Amino acid sequence: MKSKITKKFEELKKFDKRALITYITAGDPDIKDTEKLIYAMERAGADIVELGIPYSDPLADGPVIQRAAQRALKKNVNIDDIFDMVKEVRKNTQLPLAFLMYYNSILRYGINKFIEKCKDVGMDGLIVADLPLEERKEFKDLLKNTGVDLIPLVAPTSRERIKMIVEDASGFIYCVSSLGVTGTRSSFSTELKDFMDLVRSYTDVPTAIGFGISGTEAIRELKDYSDGLIVGSAIIKKIEEGLEYGTHLEKVEEFVKELKSAFK
Amino acid sequence: MDEKYSVKSRFGKYGGQYVPETLMQALGELEEEYEKAIKDKDFVDEYKYYLKEYSGRPTPLYYAKNLSEKLGGGKIYLKREDLNHTGAHKINNVIGQVLLAMRMGKKRIIAETGAGQHGVATATICAMFDLDCEVYMGAEDVERQALNVFKMEMLGAKVIPVTSGTSTLKDATNEAIRDWVSNVKDTYYVIGSVVGPHPYPAMVRDFQRIIGDEAKEQILKLEGRMPDYLVACVGGGSNAMGLFYPFVDEQNVKIIGVEAAGQGIYTNKHAASITKGSVGIIHGMMTYLLQDDYGQILPAHSISAGLDYPGIGPEHAFLHDSGRAEYVSVTDDEALAAFQMLSRVEGIIPALESSHALAYLIKMAPTTRKEDIIIVNLSGRGDKDMEQVAKILKEKNNEK
Repeated sequence: MKSKITKKFEELKKFDKRALITYITAGDPDIKDTEKLIYAMERAGADIVELGIPYSDPLADGPVIQRAAQRALKKNVNIDDIFDMVKEVRKNTQLPLAFLMYYNSILRYGINKFIEKCKDVGMDGLIVADLPLEERKEFKDLLKNTGVDLIPLVAPTSRERIKMIVEDASGFIYCVSSLGVTGTRSSFSTELKDFMDLVRSYTDVPTAIGFGISGTEAIRELKDYSDGLIVGSAIIKKIEEGLEYGTHLEKVEEFVKELKSAFK
Repeated sequence: MDEKYSVKSRFGKYGGQYVPETLMQALGELEEEYEKAIKDKDFVDEYKYYLKEYSGRPTPLYYAKNLSEKLGGGKIYLKREDLNHTGAHKINNVIGQVLLAMRMGKKRIIAETGAGQHGVATATICAMFDLDCEVYMGAEDVERQALNVFKMEMLGAKVIPVTSGTSTLKDATNEAIRDWVSNVKDTYYVIGSVVGPHPYPAMVRDFQRIIGDEAKEQILKLEGRMPDYLVACVGGGSNAMGLFYPFVDEQNVKIIGVEAAGQGIYTNKHAASITKGSVGIIHGMMTYLLQDDYGQILPAHSISAGLDYPGIGPEHAFLHDSGRAEYVSVTDDEALAAFQMLSRVEGIIPALESSHALAYLIKMAPTTRKEDIIIVNLSGRGDKDMEQVAKILKEKNNEK
């Protein structure tokens, strides 16, 4: 079964286009606004949206996304609230959606129950930040034939691991741009291109680069390296800037429009 | 690697490597280098040299005659880890890991610390070997443990206060892991307990098993037989694992780990991960931890900063499930009473952590037979706790 994510990449490829993948943390600043932010980002040209599940101990995240998670947790937003919200979203759009999360959230919810819920509300992909190759087998097997992609992460340090990581991947390959946690970077290593070439040599599944993409300049620099680019912390910063006067929705929509235009 | 466990990276179902992909290569390298090192006689000799000449091992197994008589049960022996350089067992592990870091050519050392004991031990060894050392410490702990912060700085380390999450040990550990993800090429992360992703829990245990190896030899010499009971406090659980491990196959030795019950296990202020927690993932390992219904990790509480941790080493989780070890808990107040009792009766001021093991001993010893032998791990000394204990005792007096 082809997921909406796979179909989206196929569609973009026909027109030789790249995917703009945008990240927000679900529940930041609250769950109602998360729904509105999804629509705003879609209007502005996002091709796929990643929703972070707020977690108390997000090991792979830098300070910006940590703050977003803390804001959501202060509002007591939990996975059930997020599933309910996605169910609402699905009444209005078929925009591909993926969760970005930590494995403990899934374990505690119950692996089977979690997968059922994902299918039920119409989630398309899962990115689990702390579930590497060695630990993913059980979960990956359970996701087979569900139409929900388990999107694997590869890092510049993965080297000989890449081949096994991308084996029978679906959706896309999340390529971590550089060492470190999420958050914007001022520049990228020249080795990034070699890394992307290496990933491509092992798979035909679309690739997307994430971690550190701060704005239009980075998009222009990296857009030809992969099939998609992921922007997260930079969007959260726009939410933070707009919070005080309640202009965060407009700020994000405007910013995503700018990001989109940089692909041209 | 040990054959007791079916999968190399796990203890039963516990342990594993739940970390970002960026670290997997480094964990693989670490495991490979560690396995080579532990089989290399030169490496082991060097490790033992520093344990002996620098830290002052072997530590005594002291027959606590007064305490044994006062409690009126079996013979109590104290394994005097408090007599190590820097005042606790922590240095055993740090010597091993820093030697390994140098063998791997890493020039920068990072560590996490709660109360500051592991941080001080790491700063100490880095000073001796002239290595850069940065220690992550929860902002709240930086305030509470000013003396240890000053010690680390005196030793040339940089202390980085952590303000993310709850600003305590769990967050300091997260932050150290984030640093490692960013600087994995030249940096070695010295974890302070039998926690974290594989191979750390097994490696830290191996560097702490010197406690149990010595105790075994000493008790055989002193009593000509195995002990009946081992008692040790458990936060992450490295002093306990170090004592327990060489005795795990001695089926007649009863093994007891003592968790911190804080203000009571029926309140939400405790650190009893096995007694009151459930299975999940923290700091890259599957184990028992304190979490809510949605898997958010809950803050721990204990009078003792060294036990103030919401998880526990995966090997303890395994020993618990298999029934080989028993895990119990004692409250802040019970630990405080034990702290005072050992000071008065034996002239030894124990760390608040170790006072938890002693507090359980006070309850347990009277139920044992005269001929029973009990070994308690006195994991650290209480100098670091004097100010806090003085303050608490003063408050208690004012209440009266």
